[in-house]
Amino acid sequence: MARMVTTRRKVISTAAAWLVGFLIFFPILWMVLASFKTELEAFAIPPSFLFFHWTTENYATVQERSDYFHHALNSIIIAGGSTLIAMLIAIPAAWSMAFSPTKRTKDVLLWMLSTKMMPPVGVLVPIYLIYRTFGLLDTRSGLIFILCLGNLPIVIWMLFTYFKEIPKDILEAARMDGATIGRELIYVLTPMAVPGLASTLLLNLILAWNEAFWTLNLSTLEAAPLTVFIASYSSPEGLFWAKLSAASTLAIAPILVLGWFSQRQLVRGLTFGAVK
Amino acid sequence: MKNVLCAVAGAAAVLISAPSIAQTTLTVATVNNGDMIRMQGLTSEFTAKNPDITVKWVTLEENVLRQRVTTDIATKGGQFDVLTIGTYEVPIWAKKNWLVPLDKLGADYDVGDLLPKIKDAVSVDGKLYAAPFYGESSMVMYRTDLFDKAGLKMPESPTWDFVVDAAKKLTDKSAGVYGICLRGKAGWGENMAFLTAMANSYGARWFDEKWEPQFTSPEWKKTLTTYVDLMKQAGPPGASSNGFNENLALFNAGKCAMWIDATVAASFVSNPKESKVADKVGFALAPNTGLGKNANWLWAWSLAVPAGSKKVDAAEKFIAWATGKDYTKLVASKEGWANVPPGTRTSLYKNPDYLKVAPFAKLTLASIDAADPNKPTVKPVPYVGVQYAAIPEFQGIGTQVGQQFSAALSGSTSVDAALTAAQSATEREMKRAGYIK
Repeated sequence: MARMVTTRRKVISTAAAWLVGFLIFFPILWMVLASFKTELEAFAIPPSFLFFHWTTENYATVQERSDYFHHALNSIIIAGGSTLIAMLIAIPAAWSMAFSPTKRTKDVLLWMLSTKMMPPVGVLVPIYLIYRTFGLLDTRSGLIFILCLGNLPIVIWMLFTYFKEIPKDILEAARMDGATIGRELIYVLTPMAVPGLASTLLLNLILAWNEAFWTLNLSTLEAAPLTVFIASYSSPEGLFWAKLSAASTLAIAPILVLGWFSQRQLVRGLTFGAVK
Repeated sequence: MKNVLCAVAGAAAVLISAPSIAQTTLTVATVNNGDMIRMQGLTSEFTAKNPDITVKWVTLEENVLRQRVTTDIATKGGQFDVLTIGTYEVPIWAKKNWLVPLDKLGADYDVGDLLPKIKDAVSVDGKLYAAPFYGESSMVMYRTDLFDKAGLKMPESPTWDFVVDAAKKLTDKSAGVYGICLRGKAGWGENMAFLTAMANSYGARWFDEKWEPQFTSPEWKKTLTTYVDLMKQAGPPGASSNGFNENLALFNAGKCAMWIDATVAASFVSNPKESKVADKVGFALAPNTGLGKNANWLWAWSLAVPAGSKKVDAAEKFIAWATGKDYTKLVASKEGWANVPPGTRTSLYKNPDYLKVAPFAKLTLASIDAADPNKPTVKPVPYVGVQYAAIPEFQGIGTQVGQQFSAALSGSTSVDAALTAAQSATEREMKRAGYIK
C-alpha cells in the first residue's frame, strides 16, 4: 500500500515538474517555432502551433543582413573576459572576507551591494564621456571593463556565501597535519568550493551575455555583441517577428547549450548550503 | 592575437585596395523599418559610384536608437556620421547646434521638389537640417466589404460622429470582428501620437500661448471620453497594449473594420503577401469634427549629419544619394514602384507608374498636406509639431500622460482622473523646466 502511494506520488510530482518546466520553457519554444514561420504565419490569428509551412528563410535573411559570427565572437570575448576578470578579483576578496572577517566586513559587503541598486542610466553620460576621452567607445576592452565592474558585487556576494559554508575546522585540521597554504588551497579548499565557483562562474557568464544596457550604449560596430544584433531586428513600425525570433534564437543558442551541459553543476551550486 | 589579426587584415586590405584611394568610412545609424533595410541592401550601388567611401550600418530599434544617438551627439562622442532622426528631433537639435545644415547636397538634388510640409518640418529658419527619407501622415484604412455589407459609405473626409457610429454598427464580437482598432499602448510615440492628433481635431491643445497645460479643458475631455467609449464598445479586447504592430496584425487578419494609423501601413495592408484582406481595403482622410482640423499627424524619418563630424562632405554625398530622385528610380527598377519610399517628393505623386500601383497615394499626399506642424490645432499654440510638441521635455511628459490615458482605456482609472493626473504631471514638469512659474 505504502509502495503504491509512493509510486503514485512520484508520478504526480514528476508530471507536475514536467508541466511547470514546460510552462517556463514555452516562451523559448514559441520563439524557436516562430523563427521557422513566414512573417505572415508568425502573426496569424489564431496562431498555428506545429502545422505550418516550415522555412529556414529567416535564418538566411538574418545571416545575409548582419554578420552573426562577428557579433557572437564579440559576445564570447566580452562575456568570457569580464567573467574571468571578475572571478580573479572576487575570489581573493570573498576569501578574505569569509575567513578573516573584520568588524567592517559587513559594511563593505552591503556597500558593494548598494552599488547594484543604482540605475545604470544615471551614470550613462559620465561613463560615456570617460570612455570617449580614453578612446574606449566601441572597444571590447571597454565593454569587458564595465561588465566586470557591474557584476563584481554579485560575484563577491555569491562566493562569500559559498566560502562561509566551508567549516574553518577543516582548514585548521589540514594545517595541523602540516599542509602548506598552497596544498591547503588545492587539496582541501578547492574541491569543497568547486560547485560554488562553477555556479558563480556560470551565472556571471549568463548575466554578462544578456547584459543589454551598457553593451547597446557603448558599442557601435566593432565591439557590438549579440544584444545589438537582436536590437537591430526589433521594430515598432513593421512586422519582423519571424526574423526577430530567428535572431533571438541564434543569440541565445550558445549560452543555452552551455547551460544545458552544465545544469548539474549549476543546480548543485545554487542549492549548495541551502540545507544544513 | 588581436594585433596579429589586425596586421593581417590591414595587409590584406592594402593588397586588395591597391592602387589605394584614401578611404572614408561612414557609419550610418538607422531604424529597422522596411524602407531603411532596403536602402541598406542597395548601398553597393552608392559605393560603386563612390569608390572612396565605405558605408557601415548600425540598425537599432527606434527607442534604442533615439537614446543611443542622443547620448552620442550630446557628448560629441563622434560614433556616427549619418543619423536617422524624426521631425521631433530636427528643430530641437538644430537649435542646440547639434546638426550640420545641409547646404552641399549638389546642384541636381532639387530641394524645391520636396513636399512643402515635410521640408518645413526638417528646416529651421529656412535652412535644411535633415533630408527626408520617407514621410508619413495618418489616415483611415477600412474594409470595403464590411462597409458594403452594412450599407455604409465612407466619405473621403469623415467626421468623428460618422466613424463612431460606423464602428458600433460594424462590430460583431461573436465573429471576432471589431469596428475600430486604435493605438492604446502607452508612450509619446505610441498612443499619444494618435490621441494628440485626435485632440487637435476636437480643438484641444497641449499648452496655451503661455505654456500652461490644457488637459482640464472641455476639448480634451471630449476627446478622451469619445476615445474610451468608442474603444470599449467597438474596439478589440486588450486594446491598451496595442501599438502599430499589434493593430497591423489584427487588421491584416481581418479583425478590424477600421484602423486609423500611419499612412505607411497602407502598403502593408494592401500587400497580398502580408494581408488576408489586401483586396478589400479602402482609404479616407483621418476624421474631423468640422473645426477645420483632421486627426492626422506628420512625421518624416530623415537623414542628418551630427555637428563636429569630420566627414561632412562624404556624409552629404550619401544623404543626397539616399534621398534624391535617382534613388526612387533605383528602388523602382530593383523592387518595383510599390516599394519606393513615400511621402517626400512632389514628383513621386505625379508619376503615373507609382500612382498605378499605389491606390493610397492620393490620400497619403492629401493627409500630409492637411497637417501643419506650425499650426497644429484650432487655437494658437507656442510649440511646433502636430502629434508632439517639439521641446526636449516632451518625451518624458508625453509618456507619463500616455500612461494615464492607457489606464483610462483599460478601465483602471476614470477619464476625469486620468485628465487630472495628466494636468498635474505636466504642470510639475513644465514648472521644473522653467516654462511656467
